[in-house]
Amino acid sequence: MWSLNEIVKRTDVKLNEMFSPAMAFLFEAIIVALLAISLFAILGLVLVLMERKVSSFMQVRLGPNRVGPKGMFQTVADTIKLIVKEGMTPNNVDRFLFHLAPFLVMIVAMILLAPLPFANGFQIWDVNIGVLFVSAVSSVSVIGILMAGWSSNNKYSLLGAMRSGAQIVSYELSAGFSILAIVILSGSLTFSDIIQSQANGWWLFKGHIPAIIAFVIFIIASTAETNRAPFDMAEAESELTAGFHTEYSGMKFALFFLAEYVNVFIVCAIGATLFLGGWMPLHFGSNTSFNHVMDYIPGIVWFFGKTFFLIFVMMWFRWTFPRLRIDQLLNLEWKYLLPISLINLLLVTVVAISGWHF
Amino acid sequence: MQQPTAEGEMIINIGPQHPATHGVLHFVITLNGETIKKVEPHLGYIHRSIEKMCESLSYRQFIYVTSRMDYLSSHINNHACCLVTEQAMQIELPARALVIRVLMDELTRMASHMLWWASMAMDIGALTPFFHAFREREMITDIFEDTCGTRLTMNYMVPGGVLMDLHPGFQNKVHAFIRQFKFKLPEYDELVTDNIIFQNRTKGIGHLSREAAISYGCTGPVARASGVSCDVRKHFPYAIYDKLNFEEIIDTGCDSWARYNVRMQEMRQSLSIIEQLIDNIPEGDFQAKTKAVLKPPKGEFYSKVETARGELGVYIVSEGATTPYRIKFRSPGFSNLSALEHMAVGGKIGDFVAVMGSIDLVIPDIDR
Repeated sequence: MWSLNEIVKRTDVKLNEMFSPAMAFLFEAIIVALLAISLFAILGLVLVLMERKVSSFMQVRLGPNRVGPKGMFQTVADTIKLIVKEGMTPNNVDRFLFHLAPFLVMIVAMILLAPLPFANGFQIWDVNIGVLFVSAVSSVSVIGILMAGWSSNNKYSLLGAMRSGAQIVSYELSAGFSILAIVILSGSLTFSDIIQSQANGWWLFKGHIPAIIAFVIFIIASTAETNRAPFDMAEAESELTAGFHTEYSGMKFALFFLAEYVNVFIVCAIGATLFLGGWMPLHFGSNTSFNHVMDYIPGIVWFFGKTFFLIFVMMWFRWTFPRLRIDQLLNLEWKYLLPISLINLLLVTVVAISGWHF
Repeated sequence: MQQPTAEGEMIINIGPQHPATHGVLHFVITLNGETIKKVEPHLGYIHRSIEKMCESLSYRQFIYVTSRMDYLSSHINNHACCLVTEQAMQIELPARALVIRVLMDELTRMASHMLWWASMAMDIGALTPFFHAFREREMITDIFEDTCGTRLTMNYMVPGGVLMDLHPGFQNKVHAFIRQFKFKLPEYDELVTDNIIFQNRTKGIGHLSREAAISYGCTGPVARASGVSCDVRKHFPYAIYDKLNFEEIIDTGCDSWARYNVRMQEMRQSLSIIEQLIDNIPEGDFQAKTKAVLKPPKGEFYSKVETARGELGVYIVSEGATTPYRIKFRSPGFSNLSALEHMAVGGKIGDFVAVMGSIDLVIPDIDR
């Protein structure tokens, strides 16, 4: 049967036949890089359009509908505008850090793409500490944001960056703990193993209440980690105009903007992989005919379907809720989410040890 | 450039171009971390010397300028100016004109409160309510457009009544609006009022005690939320407000949440006033017979009305000529703004926008 796994294997074999192993590896790396960059470009275009359409749907208006059919090329036009725009550098900024920051944020988002399993066997790097790798690398993006805020020589930027620093560092904890719940249940840090462990049902359904609590905490914490409303303290346009990227324009601003959406995609993909089975189709226990029908839907469709569902949920948050205040935000994490996730971790351990999960 | 006064403090400018100030108002805020130490409003960015302008215009003309003061309650501004002229000239108004005026005032008040609701939610970070409020506000502006020809600066009231009669479709459209608004008001509550984040952001924020509200001269919903009974419509009834059945909303919460609730309840009261009047508009003239040139006698005249933001007073010194010798507006926004520092100091930047949103500032009203 046609599958991405087959294509990957055949390409690998073919390249190794034609070239020396080193050259074959080089070619593979180039192919992967091109695929990753094109995925980034497509994600940016699709997610921005999706956000605008979702928001217009919620705000009783039409949204972009002029460029292309149903406004589908609006984001393409916006991208062209941002590319040809002058990238201004204000006076008295720390030039090196100012120019480095957007790239750092972007590179972090790109590295996070590596361990994501898009379909069966279609994964850049199935590292054996996948989950740990993701939570470690995602913390680096806060450095980029702090860099941007500090180097801009702007008080709004500085305040936004400090808020963002406090926020991301705090919410990393409960995001990590909720990921750990799944690690405990599945007994592995590797993404492919975690998905295989969900072959007969997703952890959200199999893991009883602790898994659901972990899922909810994960969604809240990942919304906060990606700096999106109701936790968009770092930008908070009614307080800090644009927060840490106030002074950025043109393509450098676009990189921050793109990184936000790619980060949203990545956290939602991780959420879908850990809690909703990644590319694994929906299976109901022993209902073989139903399971068989579900197997016909390719894994990549399942993966993107689940991811985009979670992205929609995050957009839903953004266009419904008011913004929290910075101290309330930190209270929520340290006084509620963290204790709950610690207790939840204990519960999950009990469930896993006594084998109560399905 | 301002320099911070103490160690560890910094100064940021909110405005004149800032998403939270809804206009060209400029605050110089001294911060310690995120905590506000001092708020200094800088006015004058859109000062158009409306008072001086009015002094060179006749008693019929100066009313049109006042639509541009508080552009969200232009009907009520016009009403105040008409009242002072009518008081000076001792003009008796036909019953129909009085009812039309009150209807227009209350519709304006609702439109203004809807815009406030939208922008307060937007300040606190919820963008969707803005569009929902504008959907209903659009119906009111359509009603105004039918009758007055304009949507924002109506210039509909003239000394002696109103400029022209109601549009034939007025009653139907108002009924349609009442139906729509009653249907949608629970949605407003669901979306914003009942939201726990919104409540946490506004409860206990921007405390303004009763004494402080009085000493700063606050009026309108800001003062009523601090427990001060100050509704001009109740205490000094004009037009036909003394014959109407409505409540003055008073809350003793003294915080942003109380101010929010007062306005939400006022919308319901305005709706009830409109419902009482819309089917009982008396027949007859819409304008009293007045002289072509108005020359009030020598003397000083003052009248006040309740706008959506508070008490608007118009003070006129007449020398018996065709133009006023001196005119002075007591605008509600200016006094309410003066209490902002009292409310905001000690809070966070996030509180500052929540407080500013709850005062419902309209900058042309402050600057004139």
